[in-house]
Amino acid sequence: MKQPAMNDSRRDFVKLVGGMGALAAAGFGDLALAQQPGWNKAAFEAKSLAETLKAVGGTTAAETKDITITAPDIAENGAVVPIGVTSKVPGTQAVYILVDKNPNWLAASFAVPQGTEANVATRIKMGQTSNVLALVKANNGFFVASKEVKVTLGGCGG
Amino acid sequence: MPDPMRIRATAQPDGVDVRVLMSHEMETGQRRDGQGRLVPAHYISNVTVQHAGRTVLTAEWGPAVSKNPYLQFKFQGGKKGDEVVVTWLDNKGETRTDKATIN
Repeated sequence: MKQPAMNDSRRDFVKLVGGMGALAAAGFGDLALAQQPGWNKAAFEAKSLAETLKAVGGTTAAETKDITITAPDIAENGAVVPIGVTSKVPGTQAVYILVDKNPNWLAASFAVPQGTEANVATRIKMGQTSNVLALVKANNGFFVASKEVKVTLGGCGG
Repeated sequence: MPDPMRIRATAQPDGVDVRVLMSHEMETGQRRDGQGRLVPAHYISNVTVQHAGRTVLTAEWGPAVSKNPYLQFKFQGGKKGDEVVVTWLDNKGETRTDKATIN
């Protein structure tokens, strides 16, 4: 198994960002350490909001209007769908972007330390018309909002 | 050596706006090549952004992030002339670090 090179550069990477403490403080370390350092495998294999919540340490998420999802109503190219999430939930620690008709729901997660706005944007692949969910982990629990994005040309496969 | 990122960091009244364009295939592992073989998953799994030795953002990504990933966010406490350092690590252990000066 050709593991050593990957483990070495993972160790270097972790040292670079200040050690496991930084990753754990960002909220991601604990579950993932047993598998791949700093990457929540269970979350990225979750196939429902409930499974994702369980993987990131929650049980339920309250719907809220304090989370804004910026996304096109219709995405012409499912391979590149711009998604922005702004959370006004006080004490937001992390933002998770989920797509409910993708094979694995979780596309991306972001940890925002104190001093960083809970305002992130990226581009994701959507296989078909789906609801995009923004799950937020805050000091006092989990919150969620969703927006339907229609996809004319799916972007998951070749 | 992976291609460099393009980073733009701009000081605004309410914070430093950071935009990054990374160069990466972000293969899902579900695509087949011309010979019908599955192209293995190859995607950025971790991103870290630092300013003045402090982490201002970390991200964990899966292969559903688009090819040549785009990232935008805003943090407070930076000023023009400071450096922002962006690092990514992918599932094969490849990594790339680039810096930009806040303008």
